[in-house]
Amino acid sequence: MTASLDPTLDAPPQSALLTPRTALIGCFLAVLALLPAYPLLTGDAFTLTLFTRIVILAIGAVSLNLIMGYGGMVSFGHAAYLGIGGYAIGILAKEGIESGFVQWPVAIGASALYALVVGALSLRTRGVYFIMITLAFAQMIYYVAIGLDRYGGDDGLTIYKRSQFGGVINLNNNTLFYYLCVALLVGSIYLVGRIVNSRFGLVIRGSRSNDRRMRAIGFPTFRYRLVCFIIAGALCGLAGALLANHTNFISPAMMHWTRSGDLIVMVVLGGLGSLFGPLIGSVTFLLLEEGLSRITEYPNLILGPILLLVAVYVHGGIQGLLEGRRRA
Amino acid sequence: MLYFIEQCLNGVQLGMLLFLLAAGLTLVFGIMDLVNLAHGSLYMLGAYFAATFATVTGSFVLAVILAVLASLVAGMVLEVVAIRRLYDRDHLDHVLGTFGLLLFFNELVRLIWGPAGLTLPLPREMLTAVQVIPGVYYPVYRLVIIVTTLAVAVLLYGVVMRTRLGMLIRAGAANREMVGALGINIKLLYTVVFGLGAALAGFAGIMQAPILTVQIGMGENILILAFVVIIIGGIGSIRGAFVASILVGLIDTIGRAFLTDLLRRVLSTNAADTLGPALSSMSIYMLMAAVLVFRPEGLFPAASR
Repeated sequence: MTASLDPTLDAPPQSALLTPRTALIGCFLAVLALLPAYPLLTGDAFTLTLFTRIVILAIGAVSLNLIMGYGGMVSFGHAAYLGIGGYAIGILAKEGIESGFVQWPVAIGASALYALVVGALSLRTRGVYFIMITLAFAQMIYYVAIGLDRYGGDDGLTIYKRSQFGGVINLNNNTLFYYLCVALLVGSIYLVGRIVNSRFGLVIRGSRSNDRRMRAIGFPTFRYRLVCFIIAGALCGLAGALLANHTNFISPAMMHWTRSGDLIVMVVLGGLGSLFGPLIGSVTFLLLEEGLSRITEYPNLILGPILLLVAVYVHGGIQGLLEGRRRA
Repeated sequence: MLYFIEQCLNGVQLGMLLFLLAAGLTLVFGIMDLVNLAHGSLYMLGAYFAATFATVTGSFVLAVILAVLASLVAGMVLEVVAIRRLYDRDHLDHVLGTFGLLLFFNELVRLIWGPAGLTLPLPREMLTAVQVIPGVYYPVYRLVIIVTTLAVAVLLYGVVMRTRLGMLIRAGAANREMVGALGINIKLLYTVVFGLGAALAGFAGIMQAPILTVQIGMGENILILAFVVIIIGGIGSIRGAFVASILVGLIDTIGRAFLTDLLRRVLSTNAADTLGPALSSMSIYMLMAAVLVFRPEGLFPAASR
């Protein structure tokens, strides 16, 4: 059981290039790359909007997977970063600062700072206490946002202008914005891949399996875990900045606790602690949601039990299913 | 001063309701080691059951009794059909599975009762206010809530501390493998405990129904409050849940009532009006974070019960 706690350690050898898993990931990436052709051919603009949203939330899921899947830190407050990133954009835009060169670093920096504070306090706790304390901090931020009367309070705030990047990139072009999101998603998956396979990442994964042993052999794991927590926070803050630019709207609902639940669902559904799991999970979850709501008026009547079945019967999410790892 | 007493009563009333939710949650958490996000759904179901039975029977008291029984049955069925299969999974799978259940129940309620909220009218004799101490009038129904939930709390304490079932529950919280090894039907015990928790949550929803609108998602925010309560109180501890409920109820209510005015004395009116509501909503989460940082096991760790 100890070995299979960390799916990355007993994954099949990487040499098998064409497994169902790699084939599926290839398909996903190809679809994402070719997607803007679809609205061009059919004139259906909604698909691009939907997929931009999926890609952005996938970045959030990738960030959550870094701490939850590899570090064993189950954060139930990850939507707070989406909110902080989004509010950084919204507040600056409202105050007349529209340059993305200012807005985006502020969004990322604010999220990282919040992660530093939350991480420093909550990483002292473990297990379910960690789940609850991250949730508590996210609730605080949620209520702060509701209290911001100048920036819309409970009703939220409309952003009239997307971030301005001078002549570098025009975010008002939806196709370009979509490709930027895809590039950032691929970049963040690459980043997470580099992190978890580095020495730093080995410490994080080791601490997940047996923290006491890691400390005994001389690693100050608290610091490593805190840095990892901050990286994840900054990455999800970026996703928040993208989300605000995508919807041109921010509201406290971005960080309602059920949002954090959604992110957890995406990661676990796709496959915890696998590089492409969060992408597969978010595409599956959001498409399922969208598809079900088209065929029935009561989509969650089907979606809810599916999540329950995955929790009960599938070990390692969709990734695990593809690798044939089922619970005995 | 009189206003302060009234707000304290409101705080106690909120605290007692939280206790009903938290007691079930902490039992399920402590004994089955299950993180149950669907606990708020049972609260919601209780409220809907009560509103429906009140319409059908025309009697408030009868509706309450029937709705508690219905919540009990709903909880036990839920345990046998779904929850039982989650016990040997880790907390993350609990979150995933019970989050799915939460979505399912919200949708089920929308399917059965429709998207609009329901109301549960009170009988006329409960609509008046009585003078609790000279000068303070308090609504009869809120007093009824305090008294009945207090009675339920005492009853629960008696059951847990003085009966064979309670002994098994406490033993299960301490060491469930050992209880099973001693020949106790642990499956049945779990079903009963879950049903009990569901009935308590349902009862909380029922009592709250006449004050708030009965609506979809009504259990979601109060569920988080109940989680805060059991973390502050110490997971698995009924006594801790009781103390923490009252504490959270009082802090939340009094903060909302007085914090803005207090801040106005030191800050500009504008700043106080912005900061007050935000700070008072945050206060209990700050309390919880402080408890977790300084006493990670909660105020009343289960071992010292």
